[in-house]
Amino acid sequence: MQEKVNSTPATGFNVIGSRPIRPDGMDKVTGRARFGADYNLPGQLVGKVLRSPHPHARIRSIDVTAALALDGVKSIVTRDDFPEQADATSNFGEGTINFHDVTRTVMAREKALFAGHPVAAVAATSEAVARRALKLIKVDYEVLPFVIDVDEAMKPDAPILHEKLVTQGVTPPPTKPTNIAKRVEFVLGDVDKGFKDADIVVQRDFKTAAVHQGYIEPHAVLATVAEDGQAEVWVSTQGHWIVRSNCAALLGWDISKIKVNAAEIGGGFGAKTVVYLEPLALALSKKAGRPVKMVMSREEVMRASGPTSAASMTIKVGVKKDGRIVAGEALLKYQAGALPGSPVGPGCMCAFAPYDIENVKTIGYDVVSNRPKVAAYRAPGAPISEYAVECVLDEIAGKLGMDPIEFRLKNAAKEGTRLAYGPKMGPIGYIETLEAAKASAHWRTPLGKNQGRGVASGYWFNIGGETTVSLVLNEDGTLVLTAGTPDIGGLRASLAMMASEELGVPLDKIRVQIGDTNSLGYNFLTGGSRSTYSSGMATVDAARDIKKEVMRRAAKLWDLPEEAVEWDAASNAVRPAGPNAGKHKPITLRDIAKMTGKTGGPIVGYARLNAHGAGPSLATHIADVEIDPETGKVSVIRYTAIQDAGRAIHPSYVEGQYQGGAVQGIGWALNEEYIYGSDGQLQNAGFLDYRIPVASDVPMIDTVIVEVPNPRHPYGVRGVGETPIVPPMAAIANAVADATGVRFTELPMSPPRVLARLEAARKAGEKGLKV
Amino acid sequence: MAKTHVETTINGEAREFLCDPAETLLDCLRNELGMTGTKEGCGTGDCGACSVVLDGRLVCSCLVLGVEANGKTVETVEGLAKGETLHPLQQKFLEHAALQCGICTPGFLVAAKALLDKNKNPTETEVRYWLAGNLCRCTGYDKIVRAVLDAAKEMQGA
Repeated sequence: MQEKVNSTPATGFNVIGSRPIRPDGMDKVTGRARFGADYNLPGQLVGKVLRSPHPHARIRSIDVTAALALDGVKSIVTRDDFPEQADATSNFGEGTINFHDVTRTVMAREKALFAGHPVAAVAATSEAVARRALKLIKVDYEVLPFVIDVDEAMKPDAPILHEKLVTQGVTPPPTKPTNIAKRVEFVLGDVDKGFKDADIVVQRDFKTAAVHQGYIEPHAVLATVAEDGQAEVWVSTQGHWIVRSNCAALLGWDISKIKVNAAEIGGGFGAKTVVYLEPLALALSKKAGRPVKMVMSREEVMRASGPTSAASMTIKVGVKKDGRIVAGEALLKYQAGALPGSPVGPGCMCAFAPYDIENVKTIGYDVVSNRPKVAAYRAPGAPISEYAVECVLDEIAGKLGMDPIEFRLKNAAKEGTRLAYGPKMGPIGYIETLEAAKASAHWRTPLGKNQGRGVASGYWFNIGGETTVSLVLNEDGTLVLTAGTPDIGGLRASLAMMASEELGVPLDKIRVQIGDTNSLGYNFLTGGSRSTYSSGMATVDAARDIKKEVMRRAAKLWDLPEEAVEWDAASNAVRPAGPNAGKHKPITLRDIAKMTGKTGGPIVGYARLNAHGAGPSLATHIADVEIDPETGKVSVIRYTAIQDAGRAIHPSYVEGQYQGGAVQGIGWALNEEYIYGSDGQLQNAGFLDYRIPVASDVPMIDTVIVEVPNPRHPYGVRGVGETPIVPPMAAIANAVADATGVRFTELPMSPPRVLARLEAARKAGEKGLKV
Repeated sequence: MAKTHVETTINGEAREFLCDPAETLLDCLRNELGMTGTKEGCGTGDCGACSVVLDGRLVCSCLVLGVEANGKTVETVEGLAKGETLHPLQQKFLEHAALQCGICTPGFLVAAKALLDKNKNPTETEVRYWLAGNLCRCTGYDKIVRAVLDAAKEMQGA
């Protein structure tokens, strides 16, 4: 469907729900916008990283003498330049962080744990010199056996990555080292009893490949450290306060020594929530006394940043004949990469979350192997487990002879539903997404030969967190809004709209910027779909702060008590109220702005809060596919994404999240995977061989925005950024099953895999095979 | 190694620069001329973020040497707008919200302009295949394709 480019605001609003041009748009269509790699300083050096060629090796020694002697080399850092960190967790947003592991992600210490692991970094006067210097660094490696696959890594005789790693979450605590970092379990009710009561039970094994976030902008940083230790950083990141605190911890510096500026960010999807180059650039700059710029190559991005977990899973679901789900069980094994910390926890928590099921048990394993440490990727963990569960639900609906949407409606979670991980659902819009799917023209359109249709749903929590915003009322009544969550997809537009809605100041009179770490109080990162929610909540607070102050000033001018004036939203002016009504001519925000010198000084709205109650967002997607039985190629020919946004502030950017998530999911479902050779090397570290969807691969992505307001946000906002990547893999897998008549349980469903599966089905004489 | 002197025309202006003979046109634009509107996403010609038009032909500037621009014309994203007036493609990208992070946008705009210069009235399929060399990870392409089709329509009417 064609969106209306400049639609009208939502009912009851003046600005919210309309589709104005984003404030940062002009810079981005003219080439002015400055991304991470677009910053330069006089005298800057080029920083380059030496990476381990081995997937697993003990580092006996590193000799940098020859490299340092090379003309033009200004500094070199290795593990010796970063202090050892205690093996302990400290607070990080709503979760925890272990700097013992973070420092090992940034720079190898006793061992190189994956091919591509940083071993040293060089700063030199040119890229050519830096590259020559890397070749002169002598690293003495003791090459060790490695393990890549998650199931292999869990075997008792697997090569061990960390000699001190024992499995957490098991009683009694084991003593033998292992690659299983953690076991987690969430239980609701009694699954054994549930399965005993079930009329139909389906159990399936699934495998998914590691996929990369695939942002087009490689990681980039420019850092400068003065002789007194005062440092400044320009970086493409989802959270510059995180960059600051992580660098301070890894280098042992005071936080106040480091100022971080968020460049425009060329995509992140979760993977720019961690540091890679930043501490190296700071350490190199400090040693060299000159600015250092570091930019990853695409190959480095693929080999050493991100991706998300590969996984191996077993899902079991039991239903009654009437379609009621009575038990759900999931065993999830997520590969964490070289250091612990896969998103298996959220994977367990989300697996069955869209459904009201009395008996649920999810067990998860966090497993290390010789791959890059995984980073968050859009709803981390949830797309993997929910893919598997949604495939099993589709199969069960088939066995029951029930329409898959009706089957989901019969079991859908709603307000009050108990989640397997403890809390009860607040108001959510899941049923509304299912009803919208059922009512869509897409759902009723007949299919052609070799075509199939699938539906799947998805759940993600969303988060809030620490947030600070300032809103300055300028002398002429215009506004400067400063937020601290990097704008990754239209945030500045949404925040300006909320400020405009509150204060009646037109959008073109509001300048919105992302402030540096010295300009505001702490801000947690842009992640967890929190930026429009949390910074939006803070913006509304700051605007109301200004409104209150403007009323106070008017009362002062009129010599009235503060409670004797009121805000007139229609004219954006203050007027005397009650018995004093009409005594004075209303005075506008703009007039007060001009008189701050006489009424008490500058007017600044400021909000600092810890946002709670983010409110989950649920989605239902419908996918149509066509199979080419000769090549095994699957094409997505029609797609509809339906999701609860709570309240769409700028609907175009909400649709954009749905569409972008759907297409990333199409890539995850059909093409994308980390392919390792028997040598433990990544075989497809580039966009040619790691093929993300291109324009000719996909159809238009139709969207339906459902709005069930989140009561915890002043306008009802829910985060929308992550949920859109949860349903696509199952929607497409279910469509492929519909088209072929057989189930597919492995991602990606790339042509060779599809052909092999169809061939196996033919040989085995599988019932139902259609192609 | 001695640097090479290159004389070229960029966005209609005569420009000259010195570069290493091995330096790509992309690096020359960004590092020698300070024109950072053209982006690097891969450096291997797979993502299209560095798209420019060289003597009328759409190329990935990461696959062209700076010295090859000698005596030729180069068009980049910085040359699309005329004075205060945006190119219709730029305007339509803004109106359709055809960008999220914006890193791929310069490449898409340059590539889309090259398409409309050749084919004033492309079909959706033609737009999708022409832009298949430009990667976008944020938008799912929907709004980009609509913006290009809408710009073509408007330019036809103009």
